[in-house]
Amino acid sequence: MSRRSGRADRGATPKRRRTRAEARRERAALRPGTRRDQPRSGRPPSAPLLYLLRHLQAAFAAAGRARRARLHTTLTTAVVGIALALPAAFLVALENIEEVAGGWQEGAPQASLFLEREAEPQAVREHAGEVAANEGVVDVEVVTPEQALAEFRAGSEFDAALELLDTNPLPPVLVVTADRSLTPEQVVSLAESLADDGRVVRMRLDQEWVERLHAMMNLAERALWSVGVLLALAVILVIGNTIRLTIESRRHEVEILKLIGGSNGFVRRPFLYEGMAYGLLGGVLAWVLTELGRWLLAGPTEQLADAYAADFALSGLGLAGGALVVATGLVLGLLGAWTAVARHLAAIEPR
Amino acid sequence: MIHFDRVSKRYPRAGRDGLRGVSLEIAEGELVFITGHSGAGKTTLLRLIPLLERPSGGRLTVAGVDVDQLPRRRIPLLRQRIGVTFQDHRLLQDRSVFENVAMPLEIAGVPRREAARRVRAALDKVGLLAKEQVDPVTLSGGEQQRVGIARAVVNRPPVLLADEPTGNLDPELSNEIMGLFTSFQAIGTTVLIATHDLDLVERLGYRMITLEQGELRADRPAREGVG
Repeated sequence: MSRRSGRADRGATPKRRRTRAEARRERAALRPGTRRDQPRSGRPPSAPLLYLLRHLQAAFAAAGRARRARLHTTLTTAVVGIALALPAAFLVALENIEEVAGGWQEGAPQASLFLEREAEPQAVREHAGEVAANEGVVDVEVVTPEQALAEFRAGSEFDAALELLDTNPLPPVLVVTADRSLTPEQVVSLAESLADDGRVVRMRLDQEWVERLHAMMNLAERALWSVGVLLALAVILVIGNTIRLTIESRRHEVEILKLIGGSNGFVRRPFLYEGMAYGLLGGVLAWVLTELGRWLLAGPTEQLADAYAADFALSGLGLAGGALVVATGLVLGLLGAWTAVARHLAAIEPR
Repeated sequence: MIHFDRVSKRYPRAGRDGLRGVSLEIAEGELVFITGHSGAGKTTLLRLIPLLERPSGGRLTVAGVDVDQLPRRRIPLLRQRIGVTFQDHRLLQDRSVFENVAMPLEIAGVPRREAARRVRAALDKVGLLAKEQVDPVTLSGGEQQRVGIARAVVNRPPVLLADEPTGNLDPELSNEIMGLFTSFQAIGTTVLIATHDLDLVERLGYRMITLEQGELRADRPAREGVG
């Protein structure tokens, strides 16, 4: 007993575990009374409505603050807008290039199989039948040496030179048309399997440049993603830093709000809304900038398309793309604000 | 209403004790003055009640709530039920008097019209209804203290704490402010006031607790017929 009181003098009463009943009693004591206890006129709204109202309250508070600090808001919005506009514009460009490339790729891929010169017309026809039986082959056209020579004569001015030859130098050719739905890789493997035959001397595939283009597009897409991720990170940091500064400049207010019973959620909400507002405005700005860029490039693009006698117009983000950019801004804004709020608000405790 | 059981508070950084094993029982509806020299632990005692600081030992119960074991996320609920005024007023300078007083109601989610009614009632009580749209900077010390009191009572808390409410005010103003606190006690609020204005305390005759170096030195009950 004496030991106990000795400890108590130093105030080191051992902590007790709280029982369930105690906790329940405390909750009851802290509850400000049910709604029905309050006078009708002053009754707070029901819980879900109250929650919504508080969010509205916080949103309005954030909007009011943003209006007051106009320069600050404008600058942050501009940074976010430009950071979001870059990947958005890149995406639009890529989509346009893909569209153009798609147009050029029209017409199914074709491979030419050059056969031995001595092959009999009968054997060539049989060979053509075999090739046509392959999966993925849509059509096989036989070009006899005579046809080829005639075509060559018609298409060039080597008439005189050709007259000098006493035999036809051209081999029979099978022009194989592959299915349009095949990927470039599949076309290549199909053509190679067809070429892997003793009767085929040489094979030529007409899609190397398409493959290269595809590879480049893949590369560009990957680059777009990495740049996009980096810029998204930048947006989060910029908004996080802005919110951090806001929190710092409103430290006094946060302290007082906590002092008179503002919960963490209550204190946090206006800052989260502020972050979302920056993201939202930045997203809208990014959309506007992208459309502006498209509008600026529309004229030159038309000229270029005319020069290639192509029918092509730049497509923009569209409604879905624009909404995506704005939504991305919103989410990034919220994330940025959250990083700042999580670290700095909890650290502010009333003195 | 408020129950201290061998409560102590040690400030490890400063290496000194704010409170040493203080045991105290304050009944509902009581008005109690806490006196003592500066550094005696008056402020610490008040700050423990709304958990502005955690006790380092002992048990502290407020309105049946075991405050020393209260989890962090429940602290705001506790603070909403305790009105506090500060020596340095703690008002927001970029908001009007009205907005300052309305803050606790905003936190509690009281509808706007009802909140306005209650804010005006509280301001009327402290005699500042005419200055509701004024910025706190333009007010005198006594007026700012009264705004702080209005903010503390606007949500009708069962417990009211005041730290040096008459700090640098002249006797007449001090009387006025003390009059306010006694009127809150008269409607059933438990009031704790830390002050070093012994003359005033003597004159009013309420229960007086004296602290010295963090320990309870004297506990003089209220004079007959007072409180």
